[in-house]
Amino acid sequence: MLDRRGFLRRASAALTTLLLGGCDRLSASPTVQNLLSNAEDVNRWLQRQLIGGHAMAREYSDADLSPQFRANGSTDPDDPTYRRFAAKGFVDWRLEVDGLVDRPARLSLAELRQWPARTQITRHDCVEGWSCIGKWTGVKLADVLRHVGLRPGARYVVFHCADSLEGSPDRYYESIDMVDAAHPQTILAYAMNDQPLPIAHGAPLRLRVERQLGYKMAKYIMRIEVVDDLSQIGGGRGGYWEDRGYEWYAGI
Amino acid sequence: MPATAPTIWVRRHSLVVRITHWINVVCLTVLLMSGLQIFNATPALYWGQASDFAHPLLSLHAVEAPNGTAAGVTEILGLRIPTSGVLGLSNVEGHPTERGFPAWATLPGPQWLAMGRRWHFFFAWLFVANGLVYLLHGLLTEHFSRDLLPDGPQLRHIGTTFREHLRLHFPKGDEARHYNVLQKLAYLAVILILLPVMVLAGLAMSPGLDSALPLVSLFDGRQSARTVHFIIAFLLLGFVVVHVAMVVLSGLWNNLRSMITGRYRIDPVEGPDA
Repeated sequence: MLDRRGFLRRASAALTTLLLGGCDRLSASPTVQNLLSNAEDVNRWLQRQLIGGHAMAREYSDADLSPQFRANGSTDPDDPTYRRFAAKGFVDWRLEVDGLVDRPARLSLAELRQWPARTQITRHDCVEGWSCIGKWTGVKLADVLRHVGLRPGARYVVFHCADSLEGSPDRYYESIDMVDAAHPQTILAYAMNDQPLPIAHGAPLRLRVERQLGYKMAKYIMRIEVVDDLSQIGGGRGGYWEDRGYEWYAGI
Repeated sequence: MPATAPTIWVRRHSLVVRITHWINVVCLTVLLMSGLQIFNATPALYWGQASDFAHPLLSLHAVEAPNGTAAGVTEILGLRIPTSGVLGLSNVEGHPTERGFPAWATLPGPQWLAMGRRWHFFFAWLFVANGLVYLLHGLLTEHFSRDLLPDGPQLRHIGTTFREHLRLHFPKGDEARHYNVLQKLAYLAVILILLPVMVLAGLAMSPGLDSALPLVSLFDGRQSARTVHFIIAFLLLGFVVVHVAMVVLSGLWNNLRSMITGRYRIDPVEGPDA
């Protein structure tokens, strides 16, 4: 009896190991990864049909602001150039805008602050599952793109950042397409909760793409590049986390 | 010698019900395990729109014990329960590691949020497609109204059925041709309430859909939707545990066969009435 129980216990342990090991092997297989990632295409297509380019993300009131807004990812980039900019309050920092544009530009923070501003109180949803509500003020990305003029073939806007994560030599970067770039709530924020954007939250400039998850909203932006194709940038999937298996379309 | 009625074979489940049932088994298993992987990225639950980090409803984490070693705890509504080894702290490849649910319960086993999301969203679509086929079939063939909707007499005798069920007396003869009232209500609650609310709570967490659909308001906030999604996952798990227990107790092979080939054996009623 004891033997049989022991056998059953060993057998079920072995079966569990086999099943779980099998699932982990499946997870490691590129074929399985690609098969499963088809869901992302369905999600993007369906959400684009439903929300298009105009549906607005929910906006909140001052009373809803999170008392503690979690700073995630990089919170204090150690890049020497960035630190030099930060030490002088970003007066020497310039936003470079180039790529498929008619008039490449270098914009200072003072200049951007003089442009028409948009302020929005929105909910920041992290891919990890938590949410915080913050107030963001900045210039519309659409205004910046109009200022430099898009050339034919421009399909994506890429944000090159000053930070790197987990000791990786790769700089953070992100990209969005023209549907999100033209959206009125897509802004380059230089202020948070009525204060200059803190370093922990991406000073001097961070992206807000309110209808997607937090990792799309690049912090510490140094350069904006307009491209027709993402495959030549970074790992080719359109972003730091995308190169590490996360979805490019982060609407869910 | 008393006259006994012969054993009767009936066709218990239609082909569509059998196929969608087993696809559902796979989907719900993958969705639960990959869901726990996703939950582990922030192993805490909150109510409302945003996360009030200081006041979680539930939190699985590790604390330092007085002797310097780490201990896993589950904090639920302020109550702190030691759960080392399973929740808050468990072994990952032999090392005690801070994590919400243990590696054996998550898909993939190691912490890997990106892959957990891929499993989850793919099987969520499969689950929805499968569920729609099942619902359409149930409505068109009148499977729901004929087999799942309890009738008046059944509802009136719910107390008796409940007592019989607790004593593990299962129906025989003609009565065994139909689901009893408890089964009908349980199945209807899962099909019409738990699973649809589960899907809605999942969709409510999408920042994209939030710009077009009022789902978040339905749940009193995005973090509430996440909490509801989590609670229903465990209600469904509870349903599955009872369901499988009942399958085993009321005739494992007969039940299994009926869900694979469709054929279900009905034993004659013994005794003078037969």
